[in-house]
Formats: sequence, structure tokens, C-alpha cells
Amino acid sequence: MEVAKLTDVTRIYKIGEVETRALNGVSLTIESGEFTSLVGPSGSGKTTLLQLIGCLDQPTSGKVIIAGKDATNLNRNQRADLRKGTIGFVFQFFALIPTLTAYENVEMPLLLNGKSAAERKKRVMELLSAVGMTDRANNRPDQLSGGQQQRVAVARALATDPKLILADEPTANLDTENGEQVMEIMKKLNKETGATFVFATHDPRVIKYANRVVTLQDGLIVKDSKVNGKS
Amino acid sequence: MESTLRLSSGHLQVRDADYDPDKLSVAWEYLIENPEQIAAQIEALDQVDVATPRLLASGIISVQSDSIGVQIMGIDPASRANDPYRHLVSGEFLTADDREGILIGYPLAQNLALNVGDRINLLVNTADGTVDEQLFTVRGIYTTGTTAYDKGIVFLPLAKAQAFSGAGNHASMIFVLLKDREQAEFVAKAIPSRNFKVETWRELNSLLVLVNDFSNAYLTVINLIILGVTITVIVNTLLMSVFERTREIGILSAIGMKGRQIIAMFLAEASLLALGGVTVGSLAGWALSVYFGKVGIYFGDLGLSADMLLEDRIYTYLTLESAINLIITAFVFTLIASLYPARMASRMEPVEALHNAQ
Ligand SMILES: Nc1ncnc2c1ncn2[C@@H]1O[C@H](COP(=O)(O)OP(=O)(O)OP(=O)(O)O)[C@@H](O)[C@H]1O
Ligand SMILES: [Mg+2]
Repeated sequence: MEVAKLTDVTRIYKIGEVETRALNGVSLTIESGEFTSLVGPSGSGKTTLLQLIGCLDQPTSGKVIIAGKDATNLNRNQRADLRKGTIGFVFQFFALIPTLTAYENVEMPLLLNGKSAAERKKRVMELLSAVGMTDRANNRPDQLSGGQQQRVAVARALATDPKLILADEPTANLDTENGEQVMEIMKKLNKETGATFVFATHDPRVIKYANRVVTLQDGLIVKDSKVNGKS
Repeated sequence: MESTLRLSSGHLQVRDADYDPDKLSVAWEYLIENPEQIAAQIEALDQVDVATPRLLASGIISVQSDSIGVQIMGIDPASRANDPYRHLVSGEFLTADDREGILIGYPLAQNLALNVGDRINLLVNTADGTVDEQLFTVRGIYTTGTTAYDKGIVFLPLAKAQAFSGAGNHASMIFVLLKDREQAEFVAKAIPSRNFKVETWRELNSLLVLVNDFSNAYLTVINLIILGVTITVIVNTLLMSVFERTREIGILSAIGMKGRQIIAMFLAEASLLALGGVTVGSLAGWALSVYFGKVGIYFGDLGLSADMLLEDRIYTYLTLESAINLIITAFVFTLIASLYPARMASRMEPVEALHNAQ
């Protein structure tokens, strides 16, 4: 099944008179259960592509279909709705809400999806245990290490059972050991739940887990290969 | 306002149609005959609290070589309408059958170095246009808290004032206090006005009413300014909070929070801010107002004309109504002021929000 299908997508940033063609006609299909890396030099358009798949942004031209829905011309609120149940995000800088505990951060998307208190509690504990953070449930982000924060962020991204989890340089701010740990967790969840993962990364430690590597350069896909990622 | 009315003009004054309040004449043709009877009739009206006759005459007090012009007021010592003069610094209040006693104000007593029991010579302009004089004994020294009033008015029992000035069974006016002063115009019409002229507190205090209206308008302007400043501060605080939390808003938006929910979040925050502010503000305001309500704010003798008597101290008070009005206003305006920052937050694109903060 296709989780995301992009057709001839361009994205042009305009700052004053200066136009940057971040994506220059990209077509890409992501199938359910993939564990895919987007790679390429800095400025090649990885983040831009990820944001379009994630409905955080809209293409200048082309078509974006997410989970069977055409997301190309949705307004802000409709996109928020689509993201809410369908897409989970993991960011480079962990992006937890600083004033909330690990538990509450994971609970947030469940709240937004209107889950009952009992359901939320069960799900949060399940997820915290899956990422090995049960004993840190009541710590706030500033009381957690980078690796721990990223594990909480992974738990949050998975909270609503999204079809698609997008991660932008998830290991860039982690040391080798923590980076490996986070990747192991994501790979395990990928195998157990069949959730689809797409990463933008430079990190060979991430790339080695992937079963598909898409290479970008100057806003174009220059290589797309299936590989036998580490499992 | 009410205390000034009770002290000087009353809510209504009933006088002879020809009476000229500036002349203080006691000639019979300007006076009301059988004033007790008329006062009793007026007091029988439902809306009237008390009605009492008063006789006003002009006189001069002399003690040794000093003499001072005063207004002599003959009052019924038993009437509740005269309670404002019953606050004594020393001595006793008048009794109705006293024939030699006089009640003088504290500033006057100080000026003339008089004490209770001292004797003074009082000269009066009489009904037939001549003068009469007699020795009186200071029975008591009163204070109303309004220097301008206390230094110019001395009291005699009505009967003695009538006899002394040759006014016979007449009075200058019937002084009326109502249960509710807003009914003054209504009651004024109800009083049979064959030969009488009835004036309401609004007519009697035109200057004070004007000043009062003016100061109310002035207060409104000040309130508006305070409100404006408050709104600016709130908008600023919340805008800062929006900017500081750009990243947070981006995260929440990325995980699916809608614009509406972001607005709700900021409004909830503003409500908490308003709740805290209103609670602290109300308590502080209430405490201050209770304090100054007891102690008063001292202005000294403002020395204003008798048209507009103000107490030397102004006492603050807080009505439940004005407190509730202010609280609701503060709340509503805080919420209105927070709408703009909240909308701004809700319109941030998640990409930009996340981008800017990294
Ligand atoms: N918000 C923006 N406004 C203007 N230009 C932008 C914006 N975001 C990205 N760009 C430009 O678009 C191009 C692609 O950027 P993008 O962030 O997608 O690259 P990337 O592959 O993620 O790079 P990196 O590996 O450094 O993260 C770059 O030239 C960048 O300068
Ligand atoms: Mg990038």
C-alpha cells in the first residue's frame, strides 16, 4: 500500500527577489512498512522533501497524496488534522515541550486525538516502556540526556499509531551509543508494528539500518536503491 | 456627596415663596408660619425620612475685643436631621428648653479661645429690622469635619432663636431628608405649595452636582487611561510569550494542534493571568479602600464657599457594584487584549516556527 505519493513536486523559496529551487521536480512513492533514508549533500532538499511529505509545508507545484488523501491544496487546519492521526515527527533537536514531563509529552498527541484518560494512560506506559523510559516518565526534558529526550520524542511520534513516521536527522545530536539505541528502537517498532519510517540524514549509522536509500542532489532524486539494511 | 447633603442642604428645603436665602432676613413676611405643623405634614409622606423646621439669622459674636460674624441657626435639638452637629469635641448638645445655651463650632472656639462654660455676647438682626443682644453660655463645641462650615455657624434651640430674633412662631425653612434622595423631584411635587417654594438638593447644590459630575467624568477618563495602559502591557506580555514559544507552537502544530486550539491555549493562559491579576488587584484595592475609608485622606480646610461644603477628610468607599464592574471589565479586556497575540500564534506556519527556533 502507498503511504505517500509525490508527483513532480517543486518547492521554490522566495526571499525578496532571490528564488531558491529547493526541490526541482521530484516524484517519489513510499510504500507501507518502508525504512527509508533520504541522503544527499547539505542544501540538496532533504528537509524540504520531508516537510512536504509531512504536510508541514505545501509544494509550489506538483501533487502530494498522503494515506490516499490529496494533501496538495489543504488549508492550515485541514493539514493539521491530517497530521494529527496519520504522521508522527522526530526532529533533530528533539522538540519536546520543555514545561511538560516525558509522560505528558507523549500524552499530548493522544489528547489532541480525543482519547479517553484510561486509553491515554495505557498507551503512554506502553510506549515509554517500548523506548525504555518508564522510570523517567515524570522527568522534564531538561532533566533528560539528549538520547533520552530523543527516545521520548520517538514515543511521542508513535503515540497515535501513525502510518508514517518522519525523522529529520534524528541522530545528529546524539553520540554513537545513543544514536544506535534510538535507531534500534525505531527499527524494532518498524518490524513489530509495520509503521513506515522516512529519515533525512547524513549519518552512516542511520543509513546502515535502511532498506531503501534515496539520494538527492540540487533538488532532484539522483539515485533510489533498495538495500539490505541491518536488522 | 450624601454627607454634604445631610450636613448642609438636605434633600429638600421648603421655604416661603418670597424668602431670599442670601439675606437671612427674619422678617415675618419671608417666613413660614406654624412650621412644626407643616414639618409634621411633610414627615407624614411615605418617602420622607425626617422634616424639621429651621430658623436662620445673621449675628455677631463678641468676646472681649474680638467680634466675628456668624450665621445663627435655630434647630429642634430632638430631630434626627440634626445628627451631623451632634459630634461634640466637648460639652453637651442643646436641649429644647435651654434659654441661655449656645453650640459653637470647634474652629470658632479656637479662634476666640472659648471653652465650654464661657460666656459670649451674641448680637442678632431681628424681625423688625433692628438688633438685639444677649449673653449666652457655650454649652458644647461641635465639629462636622468641615472647617468652612464649623467656623461660621452657631446653633440655638429653635424656640430661643425665634424669641431672640423676634421671629415668633416662624421658621426660615423646613429641612427635609428623604429615604432615597433620587425621589426628591417626586416628593417636591407632592408637597402642597400654596405659598411655598420647594427646592431639591440638585437645585440647592448646583455647583456641587456639577463638580460631582465633572469628577465622575474625570474618573472615567482616568479609568480609560489605566485600561489602555493595562491592555498594552497585556498585549506585550502575551506577544513576548508567543515569540518565546515559537518553537513550542511549531511542535504542537506539527503534532496536529489546530489554530483554534492554539488560540484557546493562549486565551486560557490570559484568563489565568487575568484571574491572578484581578485577585491580587481586588485584594489590594479593597485593603486600601478600607484603610482610607477609616482614616480618610486629609485635604485640610478647602475653604470653599457655603455653596459647596466638602469635608476636610475624604473617605473612600467601595461598593460591591463598582468592584464587580471593575473585575468584569478587567477580565473582559484582558481576554480581548489577548486575542491578537493568540491569533498571531495560531497563524504561524509550523515549518517557520520550527525553523526559526533552531
Ligand atoms: N525557509 C526557507 N527559506 C528560504 N530558503 C530555504 C528555506 N528552507 C530551505 N531553504 C533552501 O532550500 C534549499 C534546500 O534546503 P533543505 O533544508 O531542504 O536542505 P537539506 O538537504 O535538508 O540540507 P541539510 O543537510 O543542511 O539539512 C537550501 O538551499 C536552503 O537554503
Ligand atoms: Mg535538513
